Amino acid sequence: MLKAAADYLVFTLAGLAPGSRGGEALNFFIYDTLKIFLLLTTIIFVVAIIRSSFPPEKTRRMLSHKREYVGNVLAALLGIVTPFCSCSAVPLFIGFVESGVPLGVTFSFLISSPMVNEVALIMLWGLFGWKIALIYIGSGLLVAIIAGIIIGRLKMEKYVQDYVWEMQVGSSELKTMAWREKLDYAREYTLGLLQKIWPYVVVGVGLGAFIHGYVPADFLARWAGRDNFFAVPVAVALGVPLYSNAAGVIPIVHALMEKGMAIGTVLAFMMAVTALSLPEAIILSNVLKRPLLATYFGIVATAIVIVGYLFNAIL
Amino acid sequence: MKIEVLGTGCAKCKNLYENTKTALEESGKSAEVVKIEDIPSIMKYGVMSTPALVIDGQVKFSGKVASVAEIKGML
Repeated sequence: MLKAAADYLVFTLAGLAPGSRGGEALNFFIYDTLKIFLLLTTIIFVVAIIRSSFPPEKTRRMLSHKREYVGNVLAALLGIVTPFCSCSAVPLFIGFVESGVPLGVTFSFLISSPMVNEVALIMLWGLFGWKIALIYIGSGLLVAIIAGIIIGRLKMEKYVQDYVWEMQVGSSELKTMAWREKLDYAREYTLGLLQKIWPYVVVGVGLGAFIHGYVPADFLARWAGRDNFFAVPVAVALGVPLYSNAAGVIPIVHALMEKGMAIGTVLAFMMAVTALSLPEAIILSNVLKRPLLATYFGIVATAIVIVGYLFNAIL
Repeated sequence: MKIEVLGTGCAKCKNLYENTKTALEESGKSAEVVKIEDIPSIMKYGVMSTPALVIDGQVKFSGKVASVAEIKGML
């Protein structure tokens, strides 16, 4: 139906010839934009309703004094549903460790929460299909679980800023939201998020459409194809400064894949965009000393690179 | 009445502060509105997601920017 609408707009109303470069690029742009906004609006709304039942306070209670493995798996899963914004990473971190959530388990949560987020998933699903979206969820959770276990094993508690352990954390009993409030919350959340990301989506899809229409096929095969050993680490390094722009980056990457970028490289790049960010590192330096911050980044980056190589090899 | 807006200084926290002031003006009630930005004070309330609103020492909500109408209902 969306395809028909896009075809009608471009080929009938605007009178561009099917198969022409400009026509195809415009058609691609309109179709993708319609599809993505439809998916974004409905899914963000549903996710927001689910999230309103999982405030961080509840997640913390569920994770408190959980052991290795069970705790890490649970933390990574709860990371998907617990709302998280890098601006509250510090109170969240302190709240977790102070209430007895082990350090490694806390990290599993901190890694999975931004990485397996609904915007990235919707964009992946809408553009790459549900299989790639599921692979992304699966490998994202795995990275979060394994990196958390390793950090837990390294016994790096002494590299948490000292004041964190001495902090007095009060407890506040938040009442659970009624259905009416949940719907209000979900509406506000959806509108707020759409307002924030729509320009990125439009620009991203626009650039993607341009690449789709004008860049020759196989253009990237030589540099970003599966045979280039350096493609994955370079993609991960490039992903770090692009933080929180998953909405704008995914359409571009989708177009690049058509031009020969290998799937493992695409996944690694996406994970780096969402999970590794400079601003978040700066925020976290308030609670983590250098060695722990560096270990955290190093382990996550390595895990992502491995995921990239793995999927380049098997898909 | 004392109203505290808890937040580490992000855009959402500023929005909540503005909404709170508007709600107060519209309702005609008087109260002291303060922004709490330091982590120890935020943690004292046990709040883990910012922004949050505290009225007379009681946490009303956290992790969202409430609308003016919603805040008016809490005053």
